[in-house]
Amino acid sequence: MEIITQPWEWYVAGPLIALVMFLLLYFGKNFGMSSNLRTMCTIAGGDKVADFFKFDWKSQRWNLMFVVGAIVGGFIAANYLTPSETVALNPKTIADLKALGFENPGSQYLPSEIFGGETLFSLKGFLILLGGGFLVGFGARYAGGCTSGHAISGISDLQIPSLIAVAGFFIGGLVMTYFFLPIIF
Amino acid sequence: MNYIKFLLTGILFGIVMSKAEIISWYRIYEMFKFQSFHMYGIIGSAIILGIVIVQIIKRREVKSIEGDEIVFCHKDRSVTRYLAGGIIFGLGWALAGACPGPMFVLVGYGYLSILVVIAGALLGTLAYGVLRPKLPH
Repeated sequence: MEIITQPWEWYVAGPLIALVMFLLLYFGKNFGMSSNLRTMCTIAGGDKVADFFKFDWKSQRWNLMFVVGAIVGGFIAANYLTPSETVALNPKTIADLKALGFENPGSQYLPSEIFGGETLFSLKGFLILLGGGFLVGFGARYAGGCTSGHAISGISDLQIPSLIAVAGFFIGGLVMTYFFLPIIF
Repeated sequence: MNYIKFLLTGILFGIVMSKAEIISWYRIYEMFKFQSFHMYGIIGSAIILGIVIVQIIKRREVKSIEGDEIVFCHKDRSVTRYLAGGIIFGLGWALAGACPGPMFVLVGYGYLSILVVIAGALLGTLAYGVLRPKLPH
């Protein structure tokens, strides 16, 4: 049991993600999480404001079930499989975050400086969360996929567009990490 | 019954994302700081195995569970949309520390403030849908 409850190494997680991709292919589908956001917009009535949302969302029901599973999986992991949530970060990462004003880097999965209740109910904190999500949602659809659709599915199929998209993910991520985060925090 | 297999695969995905700390904001920050091999090992090994899996499926003409040909989602050729969209996505990924998969896993994990991030992602998707005809692709 201890093997399961301690944090999983990369060489366990990576192959399991490949397994998830294989299972979905074997079930006749493609691994891609962000298309669910489009489906949800359509269900919410997005087809009335843009043609992009005019499609048969019922064909995506399987993917919504996958999302429900992902939520259940998170619940199971949190409640039954994770006695300690400490993230063993590189001491350099901890020092860098402390310099930015983060109090206990790695003490739990998410920093309270961004996801804590106090931050959530401040205007700045709320806008960080909403804005971060907005960029992810907008960017994923513009690029036609996210980490699962491009980095895993697309590159596994040796598709050049996916390689370009993932290069973009990293350019954006580096600019945010090195340039914007020190300004925001 | 048909949908149970997707639910179960999703549960596996959610547990892996949680147990390997991929849903942690800190792990994403650490990755973009090049201070840990963890995330590179995960994405890299998934891709290498993924390439092998896709090649085997194509060469051996492996059929799906229903006996149909396995079809890969083919992306149209372009640079602009992938690079511009990718950069916008990356900015959000490094800020919110979560891409679309982990966002949902975190809801189950109990971090409810992630719902604001999901609301933002839905708004972003909606905005893309509205602006799509005006954007270069």
